[in-house]
Amino acid sequence: MINAVKREIPESLFEKTGLKPYVPGENEKLLPRSTETFAERSKNNNKITSFEEAVKAVGLKDGMTISFHHHFRDGEHVVNYVLGKLAEMGYKNLSVAASSLTNVHEPMIEHIKNGVVTHIETSGLRGKLANAISHGLMDDPVIFRSHGGRAAAIAEGDLHIDVAFLGASSCDPYGNANGYTAGGEETGACGSLGYARVDAEYADKVIILTNNIVAFPNVPCAIPAKQVDYIVEVESVGDPAKISSGATRFTKNPHDLLIAQTAADVIEASGYFYDGFSMQTGSGGASLAVTRFLRDKMIAKDIKCGFALGGITAQITSMHEEGLVKRILDVQTFDSVAAESVKNNEFHHQIDAVSYASPYDKGSAQNQLDVVILSALEIDVDFNVNVLLGSDGVIRGAIGGHPDTAAGAALTIITAPLMRGRLPTVMKKVNTVITPGWDVDVLVTDHGIAVNPARPEIEERLRGAGLPVTTIEALQQEAERLSGVPDDLPFGDKVVAVVTYRDGSVIDVIKNIKD
Amino acid sequence: MNGERLRRTMLFVPGNNPGMIADAHIYGSDAVMFDLEDSVSMGEKDAARMLVYNALKTIDYGKVEIVVRVNPLSTPYGRDDIFAMVAAGCPVIRMPKTECAQDVIDTEKCIEEAEKTAGVEIGTTKILTAVESALGITNAYSIATASSRIIGIALGAEDYCANLKTTRSQEGTELFYARSAIVVAARAAGIDALDTVYSNVNDTEGLIEQTKLIKQLGFDGKSIINPRQIAPINEVFRPTDKDIEKALRIIKAAEEAEKRGSGVVSLDGKMVDKPVVMRAQRVITVARAMNIIGEEV
Repeated sequence: MINAVKREIPESLFEKTGLKPYVPGENEKLLPRSTETFAERSKNNNKITSFEEAVKAVGLKDGMTISFHHHFRDGEHVVNYVLGKLAEMGYKNLSVAASSLTNVHEPMIEHIKNGVVTHIETSGLRGKLANAISHGLMDDPVIFRSHGGRAAAIAEGDLHIDVAFLGASSCDPYGNANGYTAGGEETGACGSLGYARVDAEYADKVIILTNNIVAFPNVPCAIPAKQVDYIVEVESVGDPAKISSGATRFTKNPHDLLIAQTAADVIEASGYFYDGFSMQTGSGGASLAVTRFLRDKMIAKDIKCGFALGGITAQITSMHEEGLVKRILDVQTFDSVAAESVKNNEFHHQIDAVSYASPYDKGSAQNQLDVVILSALEIDVDFNVNVLLGSDGVIRGAIGGHPDTAAGAALTIITAPLMRGRLPTVMKKVNTVITPGWDVDVLVTDHGIAVNPARPEIEERLRGAGLPVTTIEALQQEAERLSGVPDDLPFGDKVVAVVTYRDGSVIDVIKNIKD
Repeated sequence: MNGERLRRTMLFVPGNNPGMIADAHIYGSDAVMFDLEDSVSMGEKDAARMLVYNALKTIDYGKVEIVVRVNPLSTPYGRDDIFAMVAAGCPVIRMPKTECAQDVIDTEKCIEEAEKTAGVEIGTTKILTAVESALGITNAYSIATASSRIIGIALGAEDYCANLKTTRSQEGTELFYARSAIVVAARAAGIDALDTVYSNVNDTEGLIEQTKLIKQLGFDGKSIINPRQIAPINEVFRPTDKDIEKALRIIKAAEEAEKRGSGVVSLDGKMVDKPVVMRAQRVITVARAMNIIGEEV
């Protein structure tokens, strides 16, 4: 046959291969050529639409799973906006799969009561929403996943997202979206969009919400246009001032300082403190202090950190800028200074949650960690850690990357005070297991250090350095001697939440708490 | 220096703060001083006494030296404080505002009565005196030698400066005489000399400067009001590697002399005096406390 451009193509080819001849205009998916200027096209022919149109266009139906990220932490505005709109539009029975939920998501209580939301998957729950759920608000138990576990579940198809509603600090008319505005006026940066990138990649449909439409091409970007279906302009996606929930200043609390100094001493003596070592530290006063004490030791011994991973703080970015931390891998940015750094520093690199903490990939960053410093609400004599359930039996935390990095790092250090107020932190049995004890190596408290008996070589090194090593049983007994034995919590029989391990298997359940 | 015990940092802890009392010992100060006096208001005197009493009975403070600053015997609380603390097994009573030897004698008498009442061996409870007035400074030596229970003499600078009709300065010029008088009295009496607090806890540089000064004057340590002051002070008292090496050699020479049954210690062909051996011993004690050298020498 002769095709549209007058070339002879043998008919047999089509029978043999199933290919079709070129016929202009036949393939409707093929975008027509435009002679508009680039500026005109950006204005007239883009993916920007109203919220309602976008929702209809992606085919959202009752019973579907919608997803969100929490990069704005306590300043997050998208979840409440979207659920409010969807409730108005009459949607019911939605499943919310958020990377985490925070104190600001209290309005979800009404949506749950009204049947708009009937299932939740998240890393954390806090505030009044957490309190209501702990008291049995939902029929369906909440599924808690770690950051790495969630990313893996989405990538493997175990957690299917129908529509992702992702807030972005900047987005061009075609969907190149980011957590900051490169080369333009900043209207509220959250930094890395590491968790959102997994949703954008694997969700069936992606709607970007942004308060800042910028000119094409919005590069570098976290989410490329090819993954984005629609863009909705909103007044605000988040308040950058509320990203840092923990302390951002160097603590003056003597407890925190003592624990931090001891933790830094532990790292120094552990055998994992060498030129090029890798580390992850959290946010909050004690973690920042560990990093500062470690900084002094790095300078004294002329040791550089090969890469720092994780939630990234101003502390880490300033060490990067002074040459002490060579590279930063940032899945989540913890403060505005760090958000500025991810924008400006070439080797402050934002990574997605699969690259951060996939339990199945040897190359995921958490599997390259030498040292991770993590916290605990409770830790027991088997080194099991709880970071989710408060001592009153009410959910008040987040799994975060705790079990991921604990399993990935060669040396996992937990820092915690022996007591919080009158309550012991070190106990015989934690109320909920989030990270199993075999992934925990060292506990640093204000009353001494305990080393997991599975790591005798670490204990030997710490003792050799003259550090105050005791046993976890001794710490537990000391706490109990000071506090007495707390009463058992008044749990009911209803499972209000399921705690999953990194591969989605069930490691624990949380039951409803009675008043 | 009185025997082996270090008193570089003596941490004041308000006697009415349960949270601070419960773990005052974890920060690594050489001593903890629970205060029943100035940091406790009139309305809380009984409660603080009860709290510290129960803390001493319940909590294992480990190797940290425990001191309680009681109210003066001239107040309605002083005697009750002493009786309660002695009964709780408090090893050291810190007397506030000591003016003359008679104050010490009165306190010792009260302690002895308390020891009898509580069934504690007479003489167990030691005394730390604190002078906070011109009269106290003038009587420093007679105070320091007024009882065999006394382990040290401390300076309280605020009241002293008010009494002197001057104010505190950054350089501490106004304290120069008092500090020297205390060190001289302490050394003459064979007890520890302890400096006053540095009250600006956020000024680490100032604390270091002041500590260098009082170390040079001869003090054994300071009262402190925040755990954050411990590390900088210890750093000032840190012996150099050279000091430690020399001290180790002196101690070894002294041990060898003892084995030989000789009273004369010699090193590198030179005779070593007894005070030099004692100073070497102190360097080793500090080095061990700071983990610079291990227990085995």
